Amino acid sequence: MQRIGVFVCHCGTNIAATVDVKAVAEALGHEPGVVISQDYQYMCSESGQNLVKDAIKEHNLSGIVICSCSPRMHENTFRKAAAAAGLNPYLVEIANIREQCSWIHRDIATATEKAIILGKAAVAKVHLNTPLTSMESPVVKRALVIGGGIAGIQTALDIAEAGFDVDIVEKEATIGGKMAQIDKTFPTLDCAACILTPKMVEASQNEKIHIYAFSEVEAVKGFVGNFTVKIKRKARYVDEVKCTGCGACIEKCPMKKVPNEFNMGLDNRHAVYIPFAQAVPKIATIDPNYCMMLKNGKCGLCSKVCAAGAIDYKQQDSFIEEKYGAIVVATGFNPIKLDKYDEFSYNTCPDVVTSLELERLMNAAGPNGGTLLRPSDKSHPHTIVFVQCVGSRCSDEKGKPYCSKICCMYTAKHAMLIRDKYPDTEVYVFYIDVRTPGKNFDEFYRRAVEQYNVHYIKGMVGKVTPKSDGKIDVQASDLLSNEQLHIDADMVVLAAAIEPDKTARPLATMLTTQMDTNDFFTEAHPKLRPVESATAGIFLSGACQGPKDIPETVAQGSAAAAKAIGLLCKNSITCNPCVAHSDELMCNGCSSCEKVRPYGAITYSDKEFRMPDRTIAVRRVASVNPAVCQGCGACTVACPSGAMDLSGFSNSQIMAEVDAICK
Amino acid sequence: MEQSVTYTYYPGCTLRTKARDLDEYTRSSAAALGIALVEPDEWQCCGGAYTTARDELATKLSAVRTLNAAKERGNALVTVCYACHNVIKQTNYDISHDEDMAAKINNYMKLAQPYTGETTVYHYLELLRDVVGFDELKKAVKNPFKGKKIAAYYGCLLLRPGKKLAMDDPENPSIMEDFIRAVGGTPVIYSQRNECCGGYITMEDKAQAAKRSGAVMSSAKDMGADMMITACPLCLYNLKKNSGSDLPVYYFTELLAEALGLKDVPETAPEGKDEANG
Repeated sequence: MQRIGVFVCHCGTNIAATVDVKAVAEALGHEPGVVISQDYQYMCSESGQNLVKDAIKEHNLSGIVICSCSPRMHENTFRKAAAAAGLNPYLVEIANIREQCSWIHRDIATATEKAIILGKAAVAKVHLNTPLTSMESPVVKRALVIGGGIAGIQTALDIAEAGFDVDIVEKEATIGGKMAQIDKTFPTLDCAACILTPKMVEASQNEKIHIYAFSEVEAVKGFVGNFTVKIKRKARYVDEVKCTGCGACIEKCPMKKVPNEFNMGLDNRHAVYIPFAQAVPKIATIDPNYCMMLKNGKCGLCSKVCAAGAIDYKQQDSFIEEKYGAIVVATGFNPIKLDKYDEFSYNTCPDVVTSLELERLMNAAGPNGGTLLRPSDKSHPHTIVFVQCVGSRCSDEKGKPYCSKICCMYTAKHAMLIRDKYPDTEVYVFYIDVRTPGKNFDEFYRRAVEQYNVHYIKGMVGKVTPKSDGKIDVQASDLLSNEQLHIDADMVVLAAAIEPDKTARPLATMLTTQMDTNDFFTEAHPKLRPVESATAGIFLSGACQGPKDIPETVAQGSAAAAKAIGLLCKNSITCNPCVAHSDELMCNGCSSCEKVRPYGAITYSDKEFRMPDRTIAVRRVASVNPAVCQGCGACTVACPSGAMDLSGFSNSQIMAEVDAICK
Repeated sequence: MEQSVTYTYYPGCTLRTKARDLDEYTRSSAAALGIALVEPDEWQCCGGAYTTARDELATKLSAVRTLNAAKERGNALVTVCYACHNVIKQTNYDISHDEDMAAKINNYMKLAQPYTGETTVYHYLELLRDVVGFDELKKAVKNPFKGKKIAAYYGCLLLRPGKKLAMDDPENPSIMEDFIRAVGGTPVIYSQRNECCGGYITMEDKAQAAKRSGAVMSSAKDMGADMMITACPLCLYNLKKNSGSDLPVYYFTELLAEALGLKDVPETAPEGKDEANG
């Protein structure tokens, strides 16, 4: 017979105000097997835990039920307490009478009745609990960082600093990401390139860091501590080892009319190119969509001028496979496409630009050498209108429901820089709200308004249309004075919402990590585990998890590195023992579980079975890799023969709970 | 042209009074393009303006009658006035998407067969684009408007709400510009082409309507338009009488008839044609 102890927590007034905790303790004391039932003000406190520990020893308890908050909160606390008192930690059950009871009910009688039922269910379950032992699995001491923007660079540098090998996989020809395209950074207005490029060089020179630029993650197998990743090295048509980055090939390339992605298509590059002067690695890449040699075999000039003999028109995509203990996702963001925003004439008027395009137009290394000129006629703009929240905080399917977070600040920065450099230019900013919650952020915005006389107008722009005289008519409403405005602008700058990179979703599938409806990676806990994904060994760095500015991205990059280092430091890791297992005698190899296995923990193999008539039969059966299984239980539901079961949450335990609730 | 296809044609009240030109040229150009437009035996006002109140079902009944008439004849419904098109198309969308509304309307109307949005509704422009095809239309043009800079006026009703009307992009439409190209003209893109003309506010506050229609006309003129086309009688009224502009405004069907060489020729009366309008 089990000897069960029940401990009911008041959680101050969180539970006790709505649930009659004494009545719960009294009622559960009469349940079969319960030998002690107590209540206490804060069960998670040291004295509360001691109450549990002492009771285990004094009453020789074989099972514990804690009626308290969510198991996500304190299950571990009480498991540890039980273990300290010599009881297997998996003999502890939590009945959640806070989040699922006291917080959601008002009536004391109802809430108390429900708390008792939840407690009875937990008691019924704990009767069937069995001691479980965690297994250990070794850790490969190497990390993979996916994405080489500032987030990925920071993470890689920090991991390398701790002495671990780390690889960066970057899909573009150079690392650096969006920050490399930015001119100045808010709120200090220091030069982005001056603070980023040294980090890029540091990453490339660090012997612990290996950069796979122009590469993509193709497949991920394995589990925490032991991932196997297939990396596709896209053909550059240039030998990375031989290329010195001298640029002779670029000078000679006759194909000069390729839209330059780095300058947002505002000028052209050659078919063979290095994205920008400080690119890392500084290796030329041939664009097969434009190279005449690759397209029709006519040209070959670059090959003739390359002193290093690095040009290789026959180069193919190649694949490498590497093992990693931890993976950090740092895939970053992109501004949304503005195709659906015809009211702003973005597609029809060259002088209507996005903020990132303006960034290039104002950049010393940009298409105009740092002088702000209208793209249409290269004239100096005298009136510039900024439109905030283009696609952000949008209730329809055209845009994004969230705030993109960085636009208020970069718009203030742009407005201030323009007013500073071109005092004869009037700058208007249309906003819904100005959001500046960051260190020195609001002061920065106030400076734009007060010191630089930027005209901030609360209201949205309804329509932007080019006029016959080259000006742009901006029709907007001023919500504070309740007026319709028409502004004759020379340029209009749209603060496009930001969204996760398109590669994030297929990557999430490969990594079996979760995303929200906007394709941002979901963190394991929004407050307490912000840089870990719900999948063990996968960490999140930068804007792939949500919109972020540079300081936040760097902070999160370092935090993700710290978490990855914490994992890599271990020689082996303890696995969660609440995992699925398959009863091979009952399994008929139907593969139903394969269709639902989100973590790839189930494999099938042919096994020999001795039949009752002493013959040997070969049957296909499922088996679960306990190191990979996350214990989600999906396979146990899918299994038609009942062969799959989940330790700690067995079918019989769940049914016992249901029976207790329905009694 | 090949064998003619028959459509149920709903002119609407204004086309029988103030906007006879719109009606005439629609019929004559359709006949020339091999489209038979047949009026229902009886029809009522479209409902005038689409009410956005959820329970104003009574105002939608006449639109349903028209839609059902087309259904009973087994052909698609063609409209030409912006307002009629807007009311009828929106009502059709709603009755096919809102079961509760469909049930209430059918309970009241007691039709032989309940009507639940079976009829396809075309604006005449859509018919030209999707059934005739602008390339085919171009071939049929006898007097192209060569060198003419023509501004298309969509107004607010033809394209919105975009999801229900589903004709073209409400913010950057192209159907009328494509029509202008088909009849040999050069379309003029101007900012106010899909803004309000002032609408019914002209009854209450002429100055306000004048401001709106004036903005439309001056915006078109600023971009170098020689003339403007529309398909809405109320827009035409506001643009002509209220705007204070000398830019000529025509129904698009008048241009179409002229391009097809029909304008000065007495037309052959299609079926159901009311001679009193001529």
